[in-house]
Parts: sequence; structure tokens; C-alpha cells
Amino acid sequence: MTVDGDNDLEGQIAEWRAYTRRRRELHHTDAEELEDHLRSRITELIEAGLRADEAFLIAVKRMGSLDELSREFAREHSERLWKQLVLPGEPDGSAAARSRRELPVMVLCATVAALAIKVPGWFGLDMSDDNFGFYARNVSLFALPALAAYFAWQRRVGPRVIGVLALLFVLGAVAANAYPLADDSQTFVLTAIHLPIALWLVVGVAYVGGDWRSDRRRMDFIRFTGEWLIYLALIGLGGGVLMAFTVGTFNAIGLDAEGFLESWLLPCGAMGAVIVSAWLVEAKQSVVENMAPVLTRVFTPLFAATLLAFLVAVIWTNNGIDVERDVLILFDLLLVIVLGLLLYAISARDLATRSGLFDRLQLALVVSALIIDVMVLLAITGRITEWGFSPNKTAALGENLILLTNLAWSAWLFLGFVRGRMPFARLERWQTRYMIVYAVWAWTVVVAFPLVFA
Amino acid sequence: MHITKDLVAASATPLVLGILAEGESYGYAILKQVNELSGGQLEWTDGLLYPLLHRLERLGHVDSAWETPPGGRRRKYYRITDQGRAELAEQRRQWAAVVDALRGVWSTAQSIRPITTLAWEAGR
Repeated sequence: MTVDGDNDLEGQIAEWRAYTRRRRELHHTDAEELEDHLRSRITELIEAGLRADEAFLIAVKRMGSLDELSREFAREHSERLWKQLVLPGEPDGSAAARSRRELPVMVLCATVAALAIKVPGWFGLDMSDDNFGFYARNVSLFALPALAAYFAWQRRVGPRVIGVLALLFVLGAVAANAYPLADDSQTFVLTAIHLPIALWLVVGVAYVGGDWRSDRRRMDFIRFTGEWLIYLALIGLGGGVLMAFTVGTFNAIGLDAEGFLESWLLPCGAMGAVIVSAWLVEAKQSVVENMAPVLTRVFTPLFAATLLAFLVAVIWTNNGIDVERDVLILFDLLLVIVLGLLLYAISARDLATRSGLFDRLQLALVVSALIIDVMVLLAITGRITEWGFSPNKTAALGENLILLTNLAWSAWLFLGFVRGRMPFARLERWQTRYMIVYAVWAWTVVVAFPLVFA
Repeated sequence: MHITKDLVAASATPLVLGILAEGESYGYAILKQVNELSGGQLEWTDGLLYPLLHRLERLGHVDSAWETPPGGRRRKYYRITDQGRAELAEQRRQWAAVVDALRGVWSTAQSIRPITTLAWEAGR
């Protein structure tokens, strides 16, 4: 055998090793064990008289397909799927160094977020009822910049994008605090609700690494948002249990832990959880099936049934919808939920598959939500002139129209898809493009409303 | 002759435990021994032996350790545990029962074999 043959063989084995590295189900030691096997087989075949490259081919073939192999390994080591939350695989070179730094950077960002909420306290704005308004308006400004910074680091975004991100956060801070607002004024409440949404979309810019024009990346951000909410809720539940035990156990020895809880554990924990949840979503990406689409599958039929039952009840009893002041908000929330169900069904869909029963259900859900909303809007237009345009009503009406437009066009695209006339990708593109509208609206409410309704 | 997947899967655990009961060994050697014992009739996909070994390790039937023989490659050796020996004895009882039952079936249905052979030869 020649030296060249040996080098070729080593190269081929290295290539095979690189393939196994890409399988997250196969740990480094598994790959090493398999490689030892491969080499033993090759040695034997060469001794039997085969050429090195022939021996390699046969040995790989006998090893079995990597797909089958990793499936078997995944089945045997299902716990690994969870271990990967903390221990990412064994990437090579600079990527490894980076992923080693990932955990410390995440902890740093979480700590910054957790401490940021204590900073106003040093300047006399402690967390008491007097300063409730300040904290309600600014709550998103403590954690979200740290989150954006984390993503900016992780995605290695350029200085221009960092500049834009910083500018937007400053703008948000100014809009939340520069206008002299009474704590019970309507625009104050609107700012408290809309600033987090506006800033979350800014975090989205960091999440997509500045590539906010890309539809695919925006869809990734939508997926991320859903998973992040689920993780945050789970961490919140765990935190609640932790606090209950803290209070209970310290009470048992006659110490009052509630003060510490209220001023440290709860606010700092909540801010840190924002970052930790985001990190968890990223770490387990593509390993465990995403939860948001699963929940969507469960709740889409239930919501569709409820809305249809509501429509039937309205027609049957001939009762008009009681147009109270809060009714617009209620139906806004309904549209948000329907939109969420639609979005997360889209986010998990294989774009190539044809329409099925679930798509028809989804269409029924969207259409019934639309019909209900139109009924509400018709009932309310008469009253709007009577009440006049207050900030709350303007915001609620504006949101309703934005969501209505989105869902109406979605229903149209969906119908085209169910009838087989339009590809599903159109619907996905429509949703991702529409995110701009949310951003513009949220920023308008935050920046312009206090001026207009001063 | 081709042995079906189900039979290969069912016999894999007692085979591996039986081979390890003779002394510690590593994946490739186990596979070669299976091949020799069955006269080349039992064909395993090489890679799938390892998930099986890991399963036996998780269940506590075998132990493993990485060892580097002098002048050789680092290699993962497996050895059977006491629990593994007990499991092997149990499997052996079960297989004995199955083999006995099958032997009974073969002897009562002995006439099947000549007929199929004849029919096959007649077909030629």
C-alpha cells in the first residue's frame, strides 16, 4: 500500500467523523467508539486484500446509515435531548470557544437585567406604591436592552445595527419618561402596554442579527417569541413555588422573608428570567419539538368550536352584542388569540404539504372570528361619535382594524390555499411582512399618542 | 439464508451477554464473534450494536471502561456484571423453553420438509 493511499484513507475517515459530529444525538465518545469500529473493519478488509478506498466504502456501508444510527442513539439516550439544554455538543475550534463563553455571557446579561431594576432605587425611586407608575412604564426597559445585547453578541451584529438598536432603546426611554403624564391618565396605561411590544420588536432586530428584511428570519423570530413565552411561564410557575416555600419556611422559624421577596427575589428574578428563557429557547432549538405549535393544535379546534357556538347563539337568541366600554378590548384580545393560533400553526407547517382537515378548521376559526368582529364593529360605530375619541378608544379601534385587516387577508389567502389555488408560502409571507405594521403602530402609540392627546 | 429482523433483534441481548460472560470485550470483537458463532448467518448492521451495548449498560447488565492497550488505539471495553449474569441465566431459561417448544413442533410436522423439497425440485 502506498503512502498516498494511507493519506486518502485518513482524509475519508476524517470526513466521516465530521458527518457524525453534526449529529447532536451522537456524543463525542459515541463517535469515537464508532470510529474505532470503522478502523478495525477497514484494517481487516485491507488485510483480506482490498484497496484502502474499497475497504472504507464497505466498512461505512456495513456501519449502517447515519440516519438510522442516530435515531437508535436518540431512542436509547432520550435524556440527552434534555442534557443539551446545558451542554451543547462538541463543535470544533472557535465555535467551541464561543459556545463555552455562551453560558457566562448569558449569566452576565441576566445579572445586568436583574440589577437594572434595582438602579432607580439608588436614586430614591424605591419600589413602593408611589412609584408604581414609573415602574409600570419602564419595566420593559430593564430587561429587554440586556436581551438585545445578548443577541447582538451572539449573532455578531455590526456596529451600525448596534447603533440603531441603542437609538431605539433611548427613544423608548425618552418616550416613556419625557412626557409629563399623570399615573391614572389613559395615555400612561397605553404606554405601559405598548412600549414592551415596541421594544420586543426591537429585540427582534437583534435576534435576526440585523437581517430584518428576511422573511425566513422574521418567521424564526415569531417561533422564538412563542417558545420564549412558554419558557417564561414555566419559569414563572417555578418561581412562584420557590417564593411560597421561602415565605413558609422562614415564617416557621419566626423570620419575615416577605420584604426580601418583594424588593429583591421577585423583581430581579423576573428580569433575569426574561434572559434565561431566551437562552433556553436558543439552546434547545431543533432538539425538542417546539411547544407552541403543539398547543396550537390542541386549542385551534376548541376555539373554533367556541366561536361557532357563540355565532349560533347570537343568531338563535337574536341578542345584540352589549356594547360596553370594555367590549372592544375583549374582542381585540380575541383577535390576538386567533392570530396567535394562526401564526403558530403557520410557523410549524411544512410548506410543501397539501391542505388537510386542520387547515379547514383553521379557516373556520379565522372566518368566525372575522364575522364576530365585524358585528362588534358595526355595533360600536354608532356609539363612537357619542363617546368621542379618547386615547383608549382610538388605540382599541386602531388595533382592531389592524388585526381585522390581517385576518381578512389571511382568510382570503387561506381560502385560496384550501381550494388548491395558492401556495401556502403566500400566507407565511403575508404574516411576516405584516410585522412592520405592528412595529409602526406600537411606536406610534408610544411616541405620538401622548403628544396628540396631551 | 436470511434471518428476519425480529429474530436478530430478539437474539441480540443473550448473544452479547453470552459473549461478554466469556470475558471483557469491545464492539468490533463482539460482532466478529457473533459472526463466527452463527457461521455468518446472523447479519447485524454494525453500528446498531452500540445503542444495544449502551442500553445494557444503562440497565446495569454490563460495565464499560475506556482503555488504551500499549501501542494501540483508545477503545471502550465492556464487561458483564453480576446482574448481567443473572439476566443471561434468565434469558437462557426462556430460550431453552422456546427451543424445546420448537423442537416439538418440528418433530410432529416432520413430513413438511420432504414435501417442500420435492415440490421445489419438481418445479426445476
